[in-house]
Amino acid sequence: MSQGKDISQYWPTVLRLIATVLSVWALVSYGFGILLAPALNNISLGGYPLGFWFAQQGSMYVFIALIFIYAWKMGKIDEEFDVHEE
Amino acid sequence: MGLQALTYLVVGFTFAVYIGIAIWARAGTTSEFYVAGGGVHPVLNGMATGADWMSAASFISMAGLIANMGFGGGLFLMGWTGGYVLLAMLLAPYLRKFGKFTVPQFVGDRYYSKGASTVAVLCLLAASVTYIIGQMTGVGVAFSRFLGVSNHVGIFIGMGVVFMYAVFGGMKGITYTQVAQYCVLILAYTVPAVFISLNLTGNPLPQLGLGSHMVGTDISLLSKLDQVVTDLGFGKYTTQLPGSTLNMFVYTVSLMIGTAGLPHVIVRFFTVPKVKDARASAGWALVFIGILYTTAPAVAAMARLNLHATINTAVMSGGDLFAPESSIVYAQRPDWMKRWEVTGLLKFTDKNGDGRIQYYNDKSKNAAFNAKAAAARLERQ
Repeated sequence: MSQGKDISQYWPTVLRLIATVLSVWALVSYGFGILLAPALNNISLGGYPLGFWFAQQGSMYVFIALIFIYAWKMGKIDEEFDVHEE
Repeated sequence: MGLQALTYLVVGFTFAVYIGIAIWARAGTTSEFYVAGGGVHPVLNGMATGADWMSAASFISMAGLIANMGFGGGLFLMGWTGGYVLLAMLLAPYLRKFGKFTVPQFVGDRYYSKGASTVAVLCLLAASVTYIIGQMTGVGVAFSRFLGVSNHVGIFIGMGVVFMYAVFGGMKGITYTQVAQYCVLILAYTVPAVFISLNLTGNPLPQLGLGSHMVGTDISLLSKLDQVVTDLGFGKYTTQLPGSTLNMFVYTVSLMIGTAGLPHVIVRFFTVPKVKDARASAGWALVFIGILYTTAPAVAAMARLNLHATINTAVMSGGDLFAPESSIVYAQRPDWMKRWEVTGLLKFTDKNGDGRIQYYNDKSKNAAFNAKAAAARLERQ
């Protein structure tokens, strides 16, 4: 039987990952898409004002990437601690 | 073949496919009825979640809402997709790990309480009933337009059809029906969007078209739209807020939390084989939802421009928006307006009695616009 890392560290590791992902999640939507949008609108991305782009396009692309990064990282954490399903 | 006959044919065919799949994949066991036997591939489950989630609100109303709300409409886009990040990290994998069929079962077992699970059932019913009221309104709109009947009759016919194939198939039938529905839905949504985008900006991808220049000019589509709507007394499209920034913020928060808590989305994650699949599946769901959700703002802005351009010929020619002859004559309105008038959802009132359609914001606080509008009204007397 293979031995994983110290299992007491499993949950803190998961929480750190969730905190990181959620900070990016909040930054692109609430930050760039809403609160900072007026400031970002002074910058253009093609024909898009940047704040408008984050609210109506960019935040969604980031959300998709975040879920896959989370799923991939969680898979690795589960294997490191040897708690993954066969 | 006329448009109406073609519509009947295409919609009739898709219904036949859905009902066919529902019969083919009908549930034989309890596990198949509730969680499709727990053996759905994560990508297919993502697709089914997408179809499940993107119903009346996303498909029929969202682009229209964004068209009206401009920048502020982004709250629906961020709210309804951002919830999936919460769902994927905080709910789906853990519920899947627990291995029960429903959330009330989970709550009951986790807190060792029948009372808690009863409360969960009540919450579930409240959420579902509220949700269904919205969905059925959408079904009414779709069927009344499609069959040329009133909104009420449309709701009853639509309810009958949905009931038929939901009850026979259970979760297994629904899952495979929804995969087919997703394909129909996304084609129906993106194909017209591609051609609208190509027509207006020369870019076939609506997501890029929205950020491109108008065909044959060096003005971006969004700045053209900003110009037109502010000239007509509406808020500037790319900065218009739904009330205030605070309102947009809390509205987005509530939509995200609401999305993460929707019963019919959560149950989808019980249908995949492993916890790992539940995580990936949420990502795939958002990919499939994202295809429509990133197209919607392009459809919204382009439709808004098209609506103003249809009603006021000076929008595209660059002439005087307030010249009487710029507004189209009511009797010569396009056919789509006539078809929507039948449903009672589109109405015109000829307030100034000139037989033309004027569409502008009569409650505008824009001084330059108000002066021009007042001058235009004076000229006509």
